[in-house]
Amino acid sequence: MSLESMLVVAAALFAIGLYGALARNNVIAVLMSIEIMFNAVNLTVVAFSKYVAPLALRQEIGSVLTGQVFAVFIITVAAAEIALGLGIVFAMYRNTESVSLSEANQLRH
Amino acid sequence: MVAEPLVWAIFLLPLLSFLLISLVIRPLFNRIAVISGYLLIAALSVSLVLSLVILVNVAQGADASYAAHTWIDLGDAAIEVGILLDPVTAVMLFVVSGVSLLVQIYSLGYMKGDPGIARYFAYMSLFTASMLGLVLSANIVQLYAFWELVGLSSYLLIGFWHDRPSAAAAAKKAFIVTRIGDVGFLLAIIYLFFHASQFAAEGLNALHIPDIWQAAQPLATGGAVLGGTALTLICLGIFAGAAGKSGQFPLHSWLPDAMEGPTPVSALIHAATMVAAGVFLVARFFPLFQEARDAMMVVALVGGFTAFAAATLGLVMNDIKRVMAYSTISQLGYMMAALGLGAFGPALFHLFTHAFFKALLFLGAGCVNHASGTFNMRYMGGLRTFMPWTYALLVVGGLSLVGIAPLSGFWSKDEIITAAWLGGGPVDPWVAQTVLALLVAAALLTAFYTFRMVFLTFHGEFRGGGAQELKDAEESGSAQPSAVSQEVHLAESPRVMVAPMAVLGIAAVLAGYIANPQWIKSLLGIPWHWFSYFVESAVLYGHPETPPFNWAVAGISTAVAVAGIGLAYLLYARAKEGMTSPAGMAEASDAGGEHSEGHNHDHGHAHVDVAPQQADPLERGGIIYTLLYRKYFVDELYEGLLVRRIFYRFFAGITDWLDRSLVDGIVDLTGWLTRQFGRLAAQFQTGQVQFYGAVIVLGAVLILVGYIAFGTGLGG
Repeated sequence: MSLESMLVVAAALFAIGLYGALARNNVIAVLMSIEIMFNAVNLTVVAFSKYVAPLALRQEIGSVLTGQVFAVFIITVAAAEIALGLGIVFAMYRNTESVSLSEANQLRH
Repeated sequence: MVAEPLVWAIFLLPLLSFLLISLVIRPLFNRIAVISGYLLIAALSVSLVLSLVILVNVAQGADASYAAHTWIDLGDAAIEVGILLDPVTAVMLFVVSGVSLLVQIYSLGYMKGDPGIARYFAYMSLFTASMLGLVLSANIVQLYAFWELVGLSSYLLIGFWHDRPSAAAAAKKAFIVTRIGDVGFLLAIIYLFFHASQFAAEGLNALHIPDIWQAAQPLATGGAVLGGTALTLICLGIFAGAAGKSGQFPLHSWLPDAMEGPTPVSALIHAATMVAAGVFLVARFFPLFQEARDAMMVVALVGGFTAFAAATLGLVMNDIKRVMAYSTISQLGYMMAALGLGAFGPALFHLFTHAFFKALLFLGAGCVNHASGTFNMRYMGGLRTFMPWTYALLVVGGLSLVGIAPLSGFWSKDEIITAAWLGGGPVDPWVAQTVLALLVAAALLTAFYTFRMVFLTFHGEFRGGGAQELKDAEESGSAQPSAVSQEVHLAESPRVMVAPMAVLGIAAVLAGYIANPQWIKSLLGIPWHWFSYFVESAVLYGHPETPPFNWAVAGISTAVAVAGIGLAYLLYARAKEGMTSPAGMAEASDAGGEHSEGHNHDHGHAHVDVAPQQADPLERGGIIYTLLYRKYFVDELYEGLLVRRIFYRFFAGITDWLDRSLVDGIVDLTGWLTRQFGRLAAQFQTGQVQFYGAVIVLGAVLILVGYIAFGTGLGG
């Protein structure tokens, strides 16, 4: 496994997530797409941590876990974010009986 | 030498009265507002005593120079506040405080019961204080400030009954027309200010009046600090200001309209003092005028022409106060003409006597108005039997105005005509001759209009007064009546009004002779020609001289005056005198007596015999009568041509167009641009979250591409 292949996978995941976030009309699907983008980022962070952390740092402390710690943080934040996002989706559904993003434009007026 | 605080007190006491009345009495004690009148009278009494003390001191040659206090230091020209006490100032202080005191006493009776009496006395205090400050000023800027303050108080007092539209309009007109003249005065001051360094080089202050006098005098090295065309223009600027205040042609049109104010106001401001301020101003800068012959000529000719033209207008007025207003303009013309001819002493002597007899005439007109409820002489007549005192005093004032010896007007007018007769002043002989002709003609007209007024008012039969005027006005649906109250009350005025008039009457009889014994070398210790010599000593440069008494001139002016009176008698008194039967007079006076108890004018009206209206004999003059009656169409010219055509249509049209197209256009354009931009920007505001997201991504990609293509790399 090389850094390049990991980055290609991460870029593909990010592109798929971005497409879903911008193109899907269902709010739940958009939230799921955003999760995909998070994980793409997680993958790059971990990959960079593994392959391109400075040599001197690696020799000094054996193994560098900065990227991994970042990934755990991102997972936590994503969990919080999804809880909040789902709450908003519920509220939206109660009011408009719809989870369609194209109808959620009340703030414009 | 009188201590400086005492001199300031003359001016400060009425000012204090103004502050007390407007800040304490009017807001807190308005129920007993009449005390404001007593307060002002007390203040003026002290001022009058101080003025007399100063007059005696100055006459005895006491040193009366006071150091000026610097107010604003502007480098070359310091604006100072100081007292300039010379014989002219001393005389003016006495005239202003004396006439003002008498007029305030009269006002107690005249304004009795008026709801605005505290306001009235507050304005009167302000006026008297400003006028006293004006004559005391040693600095031209200080003088200008007081000059505008008297203009302001005149405006306030003309418009005192501001609920009368004509009074409000007259106040506005007076303010604006005098302001036109004041522009000239202001320009003269500005010229002096900007040339202060030239003055400073000679050790003079460009704004200090005695220094300005000195600047106009030739220097030892030749030339003068102030000379040539510049001096002429400054003199003309000062004269423009003086002409505005003194109602000289062509700025005279405000003064007759100013008669809308209460009659004591007309007596004090528009006859005795403020309108004479213009004459005072020219006299104050007389050393400058002496060096500017062209300006002197203008002053003489404008004065002479005004004296004559205003007298012709006085012939045909039906409003008693307007007759007197034109008479005032005419007499001020005499004073200006005298100054223009270099006759400094006679001009101020006439100012002095005129103040007394013209104030007397105006106060008499106020009494007549109280009795008849009108100012229109066509509705008066026969008042002689009801108010003998007023009649006697008005005749005394009238004779003095006409110039019958030995009343005061005779002596002063005679000196002016003699000066024109001799023509030895700084102007060309033809100017003196023209002015002489105008002044003698004006003397004839003065005699005629004065006695036309006396005969129309007091002789013949009573013609119904204000009640009749109101009735006629209602029938013909014409404008508002001439007086504020139309109540007919045929009786002599109360003592508080007659007494000040009596004092003025005594002054009108004696002032001329006592102040200036003409052909006796000395009278009661007062030397021959004392007054004229006294005021002339104020002119430190050039030494003008008063001509001696001249029998030929005296004979001509008396003959002219008698001819005028005779003519007025023939046209207005003789025919009507025969129609009044003694029984009719008795009946009328009984009715008047009854009437003084019941204040209902309709009731009284039924009892008083109302003589029919008669056509004015002057109406036979045809086109000339129309010309005079319409005041040479000057008002039409100003209103119709200058104000409406040139100002409203032309200037106002241009500015209106500029405002609508240019200024409004810029404003509209700003709004339009903002709206269009907003409309464009609103297109992006779709409310679709995914659209926003797409734009953000697009932006991020663009930045990224930009860095990769043109940048030096992301990290570096």
